[in-house]
Parts: sequence; structure tokens; C-alpha cells
Amino acid sequence: MPVVIGLWCVAALLLTALAGIAVARWKSGSPLIYGASLAASAIALLSASAYLIGGGATASTLTLPLGLPWLGAHFRIDALAAFFLAVVNLGGAMASLYALGYGRHEPAPARVLPFFPAFLAAMNLVVLADDAFTFLFSWELMSLESWALVMAHHRERDNARAGYIYLVMASFGTLALLLAFGALAGADGGYAFAAIRAEDHHTPALVALVLALALLGPGSKAGLVPLHVWLPLAHPAAPSHVSALMSGVMTKVAVYGFVRIVFDLLGETSWWSGMVVLGLGGISAVLGVLYALMQHDLKRLLAYHTVENIGIIFIGLGLALAFRADGMALAAALALTAALFHVFNHSLFKSLLFFGAGAVLTCTGERDMERLGGLIHAMPLTSFAFLVGCVAISALPPLNGFVSEWLTFQAILLSPELPQWGLKLMIPAVGAMLALSAALAAACFVKAFGTTFLGRPRSAAARRAEEADGFSLAAMFILAALCLLAGVLPGFVIDTITPLTQNLVSGRLPVQAVVPWLAIVPIAASRSSYDGLLVFVFIALSALLSAYAIHRLASRALRRSAAWDCGFPDPSPATQYTATSFAQPIRRVFGTIVFRASEQVEMPPPGDMRPARLHVELHDLVWEEIYAPIAGAVSFAADLLNRMQFLTIRRYLSLVFLALVLLLILALWL
Amino acid sequence: MIRDLAIQGVEMLLVLLLAPALTGLVRKVKARLLRRRGPDVLQPYRDLLRLLRKEVVLAEQASWLFRVSPYLIFATTWVAAALVPTFAAGLLFSWSADLIAIIALLGSARFFLALAGLDVGTSFGGIGSSREAMIASLAEPAMIMIVFTLALIAGSTQLSTIAGFMASPEVGLSVSLGLALAALILVAIAENARIPVDNPATHLELTMVHEAMVLEYSGRHLALIELTAAIQLLLYISLIACVFAPWSLAGAGQGIAAQLVGAAGYLVKLAIGGVLLALFETAIAKMRVFRVPQFLGAALMLGLLGTLLRFVSGGF
Repeated sequence: MPVVIGLWCVAALLLTALAGIAVARWKSGSPLIYGASLAASAIALLSASAYLIGGGATASTLTLPLGLPWLGAHFRIDALAAFFLAVVNLGGAMASLYALGYGRHEPAPARVLPFFPAFLAAMNLVVLADDAFTFLFSWELMSLESWALVMAHHRERDNARAGYIYLVMASFGTLALLLAFGALAGADGGYAFAAIRAEDHHTPALVALVLALALLGPGSKAGLVPLHVWLPLAHPAAPSHVSALMSGVMTKVAVYGFVRIVFDLLGETSWWSGMVVLGLGGISAVLGVLYALMQHDLKRLLAYHTVENIGIIFIGLGLALAFRADGMALAAALALTAALFHVFNHSLFKSLLFFGAGAVLTCTGERDMERLGGLIHAMPLTSFAFLVGCVAISALPPLNGFVSEWLTFQAILLSPELPQWGLKLMIPAVGAMLALSAALAAACFVKAFGTTFLGRPRSAAARRAEEADGFSLAAMFILAALCLLAGVLPGFVIDTITPLTQNLVSGRLPVQAVVPWLAIVPIAASRSSYDGLLVFVFIALSALLSAYAIHRLASRALRRSAAWDCGFPDPSPATQYTATSFAQPIRRVFGTIVFRASEQVEMPPPGDMRPARLHVELHDLVWEEIYAPIAGAVSFAADLLNRMQFLTIRRYLSLVFLALVLLLILALWL
Repeated sequence: MIRDLAIQGVEMLLVLLLAPALTGLVRKVKARLLRRRGPDVLQPYRDLLRLLRKEVVLAEQASWLFRVSPYLIFATTWVAAALVPTFAAGLLFSWSADLIAIIALLGSARFFLALAGLDVGTSFGGIGSSREAMIASLAEPAMIMIVFTLALIAGSTQLSTIAGFMASPEVGLSVSLGLALAALILVAIAENARIPVDNPATHLELTMVHEAMVLEYSGRHLALIELTAAIQLLLYISLIACVFAPWSLAGAGQGIAAQLVGAAGYLVKLAIGGVLLALFETAIAKMRVFRVPQFLGAALMLGLLGTLLRFVSGGF
């Protein structure tokens, strides 16, 4: 009974949260709480994985007499839920392990310890929920707990604003979800998911409405452009293990919400829904990575990359919707597999990268890349793990990020058979956006790794850095190893996803475990195949062979000396390229349109000893063009309504009378 | 099986051994076109041997990444080159990575090269890396679009299958194929740091990209980097040849005679490619770095147009 085990784990996490209030002031409080979270997450992870590996054919359900009296609380584990439970609890377990070391540096443990296990429990509950009420309750709990964690360091600059914007966007998202479930349940209010699934209510208007609400609700939690504005503010503001959870795991819970509503509850959708999702995904992918390129705060850069990766996931989901609407089951299965594979991958490498950023933050006290540099000497292990994460997220073989992008490209190549012209014109453009975002991601992570870990230290803090603690390193190396494993043995991950695609798009990819040499062949061997293991072995062998041959046969002499730098090495670390200067050529290419970037050079006249200065101005157009006008309108309306507070008693009475008359007219008219 | 393995091994070695000669040929032809005598075609081999025997002078602040990168870059590029059919298609391991994976392997090599450029913390390394990142961010999507066009025409992303299809009479002249060829040539020029995008023959010039990144390398490390650059040039010419001129390729399981014909044909194609490149480089001037995005943007648009045409109609 996996659902019972899952609920016991949730209960254990909630108890841990209560205990967290009590033990927060103890010296050993933090290892206690994180140890308990680690144990509970690990058990939930094992039970979900066992269910998935067992094939996930029969759903496991349970109804508890909680929540709404006439409804009860329904819980259910099917293949989809089990997959996301595995993602959530793997991320949760790793964050807990990391926090065993990292949490010791926490200045205000009472603001973190109670909320962390509760946040994990809420994310588990969202995935376990099988009725609208339980789902919404858990969703809101998840938002609130994460908000509390974002506000853990509330005195730091900008964190209060981040928390406020997050709260506004989260309540907006929940409102959209509430309306979506209302529309799905219909007039007679069947709020259990089983009842919604059974009901046959597919007017095109309803499908459009629910799709739009699903894009607004879970979409805003996942960080789809233009609903992403809270994400790069809130994710970096939290303590780093929580940032990893929010970026690596909570966005996946949002993807789960979208998949559950659109693929499972809504039933049949028409082809244009795929087109909308594809378009939003493509825009998110490109804009996310371009925003990330302009950042020099390491954690904010990572948060913007989450927007990009969510875009890639939604490209896969959009393709799956389009294929499903046109009855191409195999292609839909391929696209959905690509999206879910990327969900898994992103949870791995984004957690890894945030852990690395957290280690840098504890060891140097800096998040700003312009004040870091040269950390590879002081923190060799952290930098190695971070490098693995960078290669993985840049979609480079033989690691895992490449496999999911490769699968998405293969799905795109199946799409000329779609009959609709809109899709025919859109999909090549989205394919180009996907390719562009992959290439820009590689540039962005060269910048992130290069300025943080390579070169010479740019500040005293970076010079004094020390290696991270053992628990943090263990968490990072486990994730790095998983990135490599998922990259060289992708067939096993694909096979685990197959039952989901069978349920959601009624198609399945061929079994990959029987393919010789552990390669993956999504459609047919003559069409495309990829073997991560062989590629990895070939690269490793050629590198070792060439190193051995050269050291043996040619020369192994080595001399250390000052850098050459064309004969004019400058001792000041300020002469190095910074994160901003690294991104300057790309800013010139894309920035004038996307950010309305402008540069002014202030050059003093000859003889003047003042330094020359370069001013760069960037505009966040999404914020300025969409959010600022809305905020302006709201505050204008509030100003107008403010007058209502200062009326005389006569006017209030006449207002009440007028309202009464209006309501009577309405009642008569209807 | 043994024979297939032997052919795969011969192909891998051939790539390694021919690459410096190709670079030498291009240099020689360029020199002759400029009415210079120019160095011998075999000069790159002598350079490589000399560099391999010299000691490495390593900057004080260089990290382990700087020392490991040359081997990684060399290995990934070599593996990618070994997967491109040169004289025979349908090699033993050609299915282990398709064209998308080959492009991504080159991306991995570039990733580590750009990191190595930043490692020592000099301004020249930074300038090279950041420009390389900009060029790659446009060249890679253009390349993926070219792959899309070819894959939609041939119904596969496997390079052997594509080459087989292009050699068959089924393929006719089509607009998208022409667009793909034009885009591929533009990308190949940019990726190999040739004129007009970059100048492989220059040092101490602010417009350099690739040479700035590898400025701090010396000895065996530099030898590997130069060998990698030569292999990459060979890879792109082999790629163009096997897709757009696949006529002499030996198929899987054909006899020694067919393999020999394939090898001779391959040598001729390489020579033609090298001479054409030298002619082109001599005829054109280097462009400013901030013109490069337009150059590569054209490649991207050509690739996208080719893909769109295939999506809209199978006939174009």
C-alpha cells in the first residue's frame, strides 16, 4: 500500500515540523530535524520508486474522513503521482542531507526548522491528493511554508519585497486553480478527481477556460514567462537548501499540477491547446536564459535558469498535447517522455547547482560573482561537483541534460506529419528557440563557473575561502553521480516513465532495457539512436589514452611561471573579465531588443586624470510593460475607493439604499 | 565483427593522421595564392612533434581544469570526428551517436575550451572566451536547424542513413537542401575560426577569438589544442562531403576494393575542400567581431527557412 506509506511519511514530516518549534533553540536541534526529514523522505522515495519499478499498473487509493465533511480527503498513487513523489522526495532527501552540514551556519534556526519539514510534507500532499479540496489545501500549505522560508532572512535587503511579490503571485495562482477546479467540477460539484475524470463535459469553451486557468495557476508557480517575476526574487532569497527545493522540486510539483489537470482530468483537448503551451514554453526558454545571462548574482542566475528549464519542459508538454489531439500516440509518448525526463534531470542538476551556490555563500559570504573567483583552488571538491552540474544543465553529452533535449528534438522531428498549419509553422520556430536556449545556456554556465571558480580571487573573502563540509559535499556528489548515471543509462529512466505515458496519452515507447549496448532507440534504429554509455566510454578512453601516450612517449616536463598574457600580465585581479563583461557580446546581439539595453561611454578629455566609465542600462520589459501598469491601476483604484471611507452618515445610508434597489432589480430581471 | 572493428579503428586513425596534412594544405595553397612559397604541407606534423617534446610552462594560478581540458577537448572532438563517415558509411559504432549528438560533442569541447580561457584570469583569455560564447550561441542553433532540414529530408538523424539516402536516386534537387548547404558552409567557417569570422594565422590582434583563448597554453597542451583544431576542420569538411557528395562512400559490409575506392574518393574530396577554403579565405577580408552575429544570423535564418519549407511541403 504505497499510499499509506506515503501518508505516514507526511505525518512523520508534520510531526518533525512540530518538533522543530520545540528544538529550534537547542544546539543539536538542526541535525535532529534534518536527520528526521532525511529519513522520512528516503522512505517515501523508496516506496515510490518500488511502485514505479513494479510497473505502476494498479493505483493505490485511500479516503480519510478529513477535510470537507461530505467529501472526505482522497489520496491516490498512480504512475504519474509515483514519478513525481520520487522526484520530490529525492530532492527532499538530498536537501536534508545537505542541510545537516549547511544548517549549522543558519543564524536564525527557529525561522527555518519548523517550516522545512512542513514544506516537504505539503509538496508530498499535493502529489498524493485525489480531490480538489485536498489538492488546494496542500497547494496553499506549500505556498505558505515556502513563503515563510523565503522570509527566513527578512532583514536582508530586498527579501521583504521578494516575499511580498511571492505572496501576491501565489494567491493569484491559487485563485486560478480554485476557478479551474470549479469549472471542472461543474454545477453538481463533484470535487473528487475520480468524479471529474468520469464526467464528460468537454465544451470547447470549458476546455479553453480550464487550460487558461491551468496555465495561470500551476504555470505561475512553475515560472512560465510572463508569470515568472516572483521566481528570481523569491528563490534566491531563501536559505540555499530551500532555494534548491523551491527551484528543483516545487516547480516540478507545479508541473505535476499542470499535467494532472490538463492531461488527466481535462481529457481530450484540441490541437491549439498544444500550440499555446508550445509558444509559452519556447518564449520562457529563450527569455529565461537571456535574463540569466545578464545576472551577476549566482543564485539569481540559477533561478532564471529554472525559468528556461521550465520552458523546455513545457515545450515537451505542448508537443505531447498536439500529438495527442491528432491521435499520434507514439509521438505523444515520446514528447511526454522527453518532458518528464527533463523534469527528473532538472530536479537533479538544479538542486546540485543551488547546493554549490550555497557552499560558496557559506564559505565566502558572497553571492555576487563579481566579487568571487579562483575558488577552484580553495574548494576543489565543490567546484568539481558544480562543474558536473554546469555540464549537465548546458545539455552537453554524456550527461543527463543532453538526453532529455535530444528526446525533445526527436519529438520535434516527428511533427511535420501534424495536419494543422498553425502547428506546422510554429514547431520549427520553437525548435529554433530550443536550440538557441541550449546554446545560450552553455554560454551562461561558462560565465557562471568561469567567474566564480576560475581566474584569480576578486575580493578578500574569495581569497580566504575554505572547502565545504562533508554533508554538503556528500549531497552534491550523490547528485553529480546521478546526473552521470541518468546520462549514460537513460534507457532505465525512459522505461520507468513508460507506464505514465500509457495512462496519459495512451501510447508507449518501445522497451529500452533490451536494446543492445544500453543505447536508447525512441522510434526505430534507422531513425535515431543514442548511446550515452558508449560515448562516455569512448571519451574517457581517448582522453586517458592520449594522456598516457603523451606522458610516456613525449614529454612530461612542467614548469610553473607567471602568466604570459602577451607579455603584459597585470597583477591586479580587476583586469580579468567579469561576469558582466563576459556577457557583453551576447548583450550586444540580443539585448537591444529584449532588454532595450543601452550603453554610454563616458570618456574624459585628454589630460584629464578621471577614469573612463561605461554605463549600461537594462530594462525588464515584462515588469515594466505588464506588471507596473497593473500595479498602477490597482493603486489608482484604491485611491479612488479611499474616498468611500470618509463619507457622512447620510451618504452611507443612501449608498446602502441604492445597493438594495440595484439588487432588487437584478433579482427581478433574472 | 573483427573486420568492422578494424575498419572503425582505421577510420579513427585516418582522421587523426590526415588532419594536420589538411591544415598544411590549406596554408600552402593560401601562401601560393599570395605569391609566397609557404611552408611545406608536412610542416604541421613537425610543429606538433616539436611542441609535444617541449616542456609545459604553466601559469602560476592555473588550476587542474586548465591541465585536464586539452585532453578532454581532444578526446571529445576526436570521438565526434570518428563518428562522421569518411570513406565508409555504416561503421560499427556509428549508431551510438547521431548528428545531433555529434554537434553536442563539439559543444562539449568548446565548453571546456572556453573555461580554460577563463582559468588563468587574464584579459586575453576572457576576451576569447566571451566572444567564442557569443559565436557559439548563434552557430549551434544554426547547426541544429541544418540538422533538422537534413533529418526531415532523409527521415533520420543518423549520419550513415542520411549519407545513404543522399547517395540514392530518391533525392532530387530541392530548395531546402541548397539552403542547408549554404548555412552549413557559413557555420563551418565560423566554427573553425576561419576568415572572415576569425583569423587562425594571427596573434596579438584584438580581433582574435580562438587564438586568444589558447594564449596561455604551451608544450604538449598546445600541441593537443592545435591537433584538435585540425581535426575539427577535417570533421566539417568530411561532414559536408558525406552529406552533399556521398558518391564514393563505401557501404556497410562491402569489400576491400570498395573501401579503397572510398578512401581515394575521400582524399580527393578533402583536397578539393581544402583548396576551396584557401581560395575563399584569400578572396575575402576579415570582418569586425560585431558583424559576426549578422553572418551567423544569416546561417540561422537559412537553416530555419530550410526546416520551415520541409514542414510546409515535402517537395521543396
